[in-house]
Amino acid sequence: MLDDFMVRAALAGLGVALAAAPLGCFVVWRRMAYFGDATAHAAILGVALSLMLSISVFAGALAVALLTAVAVTALSGRGQAVDTLLGVVAHSALAVGLVAVSLVGGRVELSAYLFGDILAVGRGDLAVIWGGAVLVLGLLAWKWSDLLTATMGADLARASGIDPGRIHMGMALALAVVVAVAIKVVGALLIGALLIVPAAAARPLVRTPEGMAAVALVIAVLSVAGGLWGAYHVDAPAGPAIVCAAALVFVLVNLGKLLSRR
Amino acid sequence: MSLIEARGLAVRLGAQTVLSGVDFDISAREIVTVVGPNGSGKSTLLRALIGAVPISAGQVVRASGLRLGYVPQKLQIDPTLPMTARRFLNLPVRATPQKTAAALERTGAAGLEARQLADLSGGQLQRVVLARALLADPQILLLDEPTQGLDQLGSAAFYRLIEDIRTDLGCAILMVSHELHVVMSASDRVICLNGHVCCHGTPEVVASAPEYRALFGTGTQGALALYRHEHSHRHDHDHDHSQEEAH
Repeated sequence: MLDDFMVRAALAGLGVALAAAPLGCFVVWRRMAYFGDATAHAAILGVALSLMLSISVFAGALAVALLTAVAVTALSGRGQAVDTLLGVVAHSALAVGLVAVSLVGGRVELSAYLFGDILAVGRGDLAVIWGGAVLVLGLLAWKWSDLLTATMGADLARASGIDPGRIHMGMALALAVVVAVAIKVVGALLIGALLIVPAAAARPLVRTPEGMAAVALVIAVLSVAGGLWGAYHVDAPAGPAIVCAAALVFVLVNLGKLLSRR
Repeated sequence: MSLIEARGLAVRLGAQTVLSGVDFDISAREIVTVVGPNGSGKSTLLRALIGAVPISAGQVVRASGLRLGYVPQKLQIDPTLPMTARRFLNLPVRATPQKTAAALERTGAAGLEARQLADLSGGQLQRVVLARALLADPQILLLDEPTQGLDQLGSAAFYRLIEDIRTDLGCAILMVSHELHVVMSASDRVICLNGHVCCHGTPEVVASAPEYRALFGTGTQGALALYRHEHSHRHDHDHDHSQEEAH
């Protein structure tokens, strides 16, 4: 069954959706959307480096994403605004990455890493994607209460014996892992969408944080299925099609909310 | 035995020294209020005591296993985060529905469990936040300007609630406030802060201290006197505390 490229693509998309949707809720609540984008863009440098060194693209992307996340988290609050820092780090890394990729030679198809190439996912990629997804999901489930408390307020968390700095670092590392496993599925430019759009689409429908994570998960899985189906039938690139499906859900939910309020 | 004690505490935020040489202690069942002008380091002192800001000199000693309840200045509720009062009361430790209901009842917020935090009024929200603090069965409650954004009636009711809670639960209370005359009447001790401890003692001692008058002028003295006159029966034990201050 795993021999069929569509089955592998569906499993890869499902794995990324499982981790990205609940993590995306925290990204939305903690206003880390730009953080996720910046980490993803920086990961292109990791892709270039791994192509130059002939190592696994996943390892290279993960290393650079982790470095970016740690560097920005450590540097923030020291004179520069976080979004400025992110802009400097992420865009510089992206630019260096693009230059480095061109130096590697003409054989590299960069758009596969910018927009993803889910139909080219192999068995080894599947293992990496599901490994990363289970790791992130496990972390979220294990620390769920602490994460929520720290999201409500750093001092509130501190008074309950939770270190908000460690929580923030944990979020940054989880984001780096999701970026690394998702880069082959939706590409560096669209990972942010996979994090944000399902969570944003779920928001009007729910009353609790757990409800939002669950509904976001359902929306993300439906988007992967719908996007792949659509891409197959109209012969469109799969990564952007998945994001289109999620965006469609977002629009429908908000239209529905608007009409029901009348 | 102090619940929390600070010795020679200094806090630097960036290049600015916010607090220096602060000695502080609070014992079981005491109500201590910190007053001071804007930017005097009141909130920073509270945050240093719970370990939320790094201290640059001195030390903070908390009694081992100290259970503390914290009520922040104003809970920022991000509109993207759906949160019912019930869910909030269970963060980070799950409590039984009976216990959460009792805590809400205690703070005059009974029946708000299913409401979204974002839909509550300022007064209701503060009562829910206070209820959450009570669920930790605290030995000490720390409140940072708890009545900010409440009208006069609302904040008077809130301070009465705090006094009732101290009487019922026997926990110590450390409060930061700028509402001098309301707050000071309810306090065992007042600490007047302006980067350092300007003066401290019973409300009477602080209100008549020249350092305090230099900071707040004599205008507030009149308000305090008025308030004290109305509530003089509550302060039979003030002289004990002034003796304690002498050590």
